[in-house]
Amino acid sequence: MSDLDPRPSVIATRLSKIKRIIAVTGWKGGIGKSVTASALALLLAKKGLKTGLLDLDLAGASAHVVLGVKGLFPKEEMGLEPPLVAGVKFMSVSFFSDDKAVPLRGANVSDAIIEMMAITRWGELDLLIMDMPPGINDAALDVIRLLPRTEVLAVTTPSVIAHSVLERSLELYRNLKVPVLGVIANMERSGSGALKTAAGRIRYDADLEKALGDPAKLLRTNFAKDLAKIAAALF
Amino acid sequence: MHEWALAESVIKTAQEHAARAKLRPVSEVAVLLGELQSIDKEIFSFALAELVKSSFKSMSGCRFRLLAQPASFKCKACSKEFTLKALKKTEAEAENIHFIPEMAHAFLKCPKCKSPDFDITAGRGVSIKHIKGAADE
Repeated sequence: MSDLDPRPSVIATRLSKIKRIIAVTGWKGGIGKSVTASALALLLAKKGLKTGLLDLDLAGASAHVVLGVKGLFPKEEMGLEPPLVAGVKFMSVSFFSDDKAVPLRGANVSDAIIEMMAITRWGELDLLIMDMPPGINDAALDVIRLLPRTEVLAVTTPSVIAHSVLERSLELYRNLKVPVLGVIANMERSGSGALKTAAGRIRYDADLEKALGDPAKLLRTNFAKDLAKIAAALF
Repeated sequence: MHEWALAESVIKTAQEHAARAKLRPVSEVAVLLGELQSIDKEIFSFALAELVKSSFKSMSGCRFRLLAQPASFKCKACSKEFTLKALKKTEAEAENIHFIPEMAHAFLKCPKCKSPDFDITAGRGVSIKHIKGAADE
């Protein structure tokens, strides 16, 4: 027999006490996926839901920047237990990369994701939010393959480019029978081409940048207020 | 110790493979421990024994052979082949690679051209070499 990879066998066990898994995507770079995923996790935790956040953007990990994570590391306990950040159980490759760039080819991305999923002990969660990298590549395909009950929450911006990528990707996901919770229209301004099918809108917030790195400040932004309305309708 | 999580995956995979291949009971599982991840053999062996006792009783009687697998690399930029001994890393970097072996690409470079774009051709982490058992007639 050829060598067997043992790790996928425990992924379902590791996630067995998680009620819902939500992948925040949009398939395009620079549309606010990481801020949306991080703020959504903070909002859900504030509502009293047991919430986890997993940053799957290995090449461009940024949820730790949004949350201002410093000096924390997962606890070694029959695996790795994610540390709590503002009430959210948080796991990211940033814990292991010492703030260095992580240059990975596709197969390596897949291996790193499988390793993280096999060794992370989330325990009981109401929701696990995943911050996805742009594109339909290894991370997206591994999530579809290994976590078939994942629901997608897509983000887009008022741009024909973002809308075009969104529509193509949504069509593929529908064909693959991946449930799509809805599309969040981010960075909306008055007069910007509204997306008719959006589940909710987040107005462009010029003050958002100043709140990054501070969960309490982030939750006080207009961005978070708009996102809270969408979250209340969806969860 | 995060070795336990990987030990559990080995037992579970062996159990599932045995069920599919109708091997009953499983007599031997050979596990390759890749040099790059530097899994502690004693902890891994202890974790396997304890997990079988507590949660995988159908695997009691199975012998787990833990085999060290040397790591080797090939640079994609200049084709240089090299081993782990040729690479320098700090204790903290080794610890991060221990958790996620792909972090090697963040910390290690080809000794010839300094590129981080190399293949780990062998000895990455934990894998199963073979599973033996009597076939269930």
